[in-house]
Amino acid sequence: MTLSLGHVVFGLDPLYLGGVGLDEVFITLLKVVVAFGLLLMSVMLMIWFERKLISDMQNRIGPSLAGPFGVFQTLADGIKLFFKEDLIPERSDRLVFKLAPYLSLVPAFLVFAVVPVGGDFNGGDGRVTIFGHDTFLQVADPPVGILFVLAMSSLAVYGVMLAGWSSGSKYPLLASVRASAQMVSYEAALGLSLVAVLLKSGSLSTNQIVSEQSVWNWNLWVTWLVPMVVFLIAATAELNRPPFDLVEAEQELVGGFHTEYSSLRFALFFLAEFMNTITMSAIIVTLFLGGPNGPDFTTVGWLSGVLWFFIKLMLFLFIFVWFRATLPRIRYDQLMDLGWKLLIPVSLGWLMLLACYDIAGDRGWNRAAVVVVTLVVMAGLAGLLVLALRAAKQKPKDAHDDTSYERKATWVT
Amino acid sequence: MGYLKGFIVTLGKLFKRTESGRVVTTQYPDEKRSKPERFHGRHVLNRYEDGMEKCIGCELCAGVCPARCIHVRGADNSLDDPVSPGERYGYVYEINYLRCIHCDLCVEACPTEAITESKLFEFSFTNRSDAIYTKEELVVADDGHPQKLSWEDWRAGDDKHTSAWMRATSSSGRADYEGQVGWSGELGYGIRSPEKGQKDR
Repeated sequence: MTLSLGHVVFGLDPLYLGGVGLDEVFITLLKVVVAFGLLLMSVMLMIWFERKLISDMQNRIGPSLAGPFGVFQTLADGIKLFFKEDLIPERSDRLVFKLAPYLSLVPAFLVFAVVPVGGDFNGGDGRVTIFGHDTFLQVADPPVGILFVLAMSSLAVYGVMLAGWSSGSKYPLLASVRASAQMVSYEAALGLSLVAVLLKSGSLSTNQIVSEQSVWNWNLWVTWLVPMVVFLIAATAELNRPPFDLVEAEQELVGGFHTEYSSLRFALFFLAEFMNTITMSAIIVTLFLGGPNGPDFTTVGWLSGVLWFFIKLMLFLFIFVWFRATLPRIRYDQLMDLGWKLLIPVSLGWLMLLACYDIAGDRGWNRAAVVVVTLVVMAGLAGLLVLALRAAKQKPKDAHDDTSYERKATWVT
Repeated sequence: MGYLKGFIVTLGKLFKRTESGRVVTTQYPDEKRSKPERFHGRHVLNRYEDGMEKCIGCELCAGVCPARCIHVRGADNSLDDPVSPGERYGYVYEINYLRCIHCDLCVEACPTEAITESKLFEFSFTNRSDAIYTKEELVVADDGHPQKLSWEDWRAGDDKHTSAWMRATSSSGRADYEGQVGWSGELGYGIRSPEKGQKDR
């Protein structure tokens, strides 16, 4: 197998099979520009959509003055932020302070690069023809696609952490510690629920994962629903969206990690946040709902894939807004409990169940028996976990009684 | 499974709206909610039916003002052309609306019912000196209504009940005085009749 430069960088896209020439570069640039513009536009519309929908759910009107149905409200807000004074705190680390917004924005853009947004997956492998060249409707299809997604969402933590740290103020620092703790913890659950999909698809390439789900073989039911639920919850926490938005709880805190940010730098954080919502929805669609898969209802081959992808994307965007409209914010300890003590064990157990089921099929064992045995083992482990948690909560018997702490805490002036 | 109920509630709101069938939002600058009868807004300086000013320049309002926003200086009336019926009148009368908290203590303190409050609160300024209303702006016009200045957003009903009538209609809140007039007449209105239904309260 010959590996050209394009193959290493952009992966399995058939565009680069015949080497990289001027045409290939041009098509790649075109895809990058289109993806970039599309993402910026969709962020603008997403913010409008969220505000409109949430006000409908609360019997309000929402933005209604800027443009038809207030659709340009986001644009107006953006312009306002653009012209505001750009403050850099005196005690901040200037370089890092300026760098941090981009550290959270750029990963948000890059994740979208590996999402197949269209293509004909009914029989084909998602190829479309642009100017006589076969290619996928995604900017890049690296062989490590899903790892790339995880890597980028890990990188986004640096943006949050460094923004808080470089502000030179203790409250943003505390907020960023909280934020990064939350994002790091839920990344574990996110990754583990994702492993179930990888187990079934047998590939890390997003295009392959979508191809595997072709027509109705969606991972949603191939992995028996639970990984998707775990992924959805973990993604909500990873995105710092309600009910897990403790990072910038509007009603409780001044701002969170971006307290010291203003003007365009603040807008970049805001942009990254909503862009992450869109890209994460796109990732869920790709992993669990078959991406652009769906029955062809148009005569144009590639159009129905794009439309299906859009419909599924909208469904998840709706769900994220619905979460925000419905669920009250949870406490920080509840957040950590949910992540570490429920989601991670559940996704691990589910992975074991799926793996055992598959192995039973391969080896010709009785699948029902294997599943029952696995469930019993899982129940035993769950029991052990519960016991361990209960033991951890109990106070050691030989510890000092509580009053000793109070006596120490006398006020000395 | 109590969580799921909440999801149904929010989803239902998408289609059902409120009981009255409309959103709860008031489109504020376009439509306004009606104000309470005794709303505290921008002050007016009242005049008697014959056009004389009620203010006697006693400075009680300035003394009682907790925000120190009123500046009054009294002067002797000239015998030929008196401004108020008494010996003295308010020569300077200024209220700084950047300080005023609309507590209405000046209205309570005034012995002649000269200063009262309208229901107007929608007025704004672009500099600090504009925020100080002088006597020329505060005193009622010749028809007895407050002057509607160009930068103020007067709506129907904002200038109603600006007289001393808006103090307790029965003196010291005693219901015995119900139906008895305890206030003086004023330009444009004469003596207003008492509020009905005090006994019910």
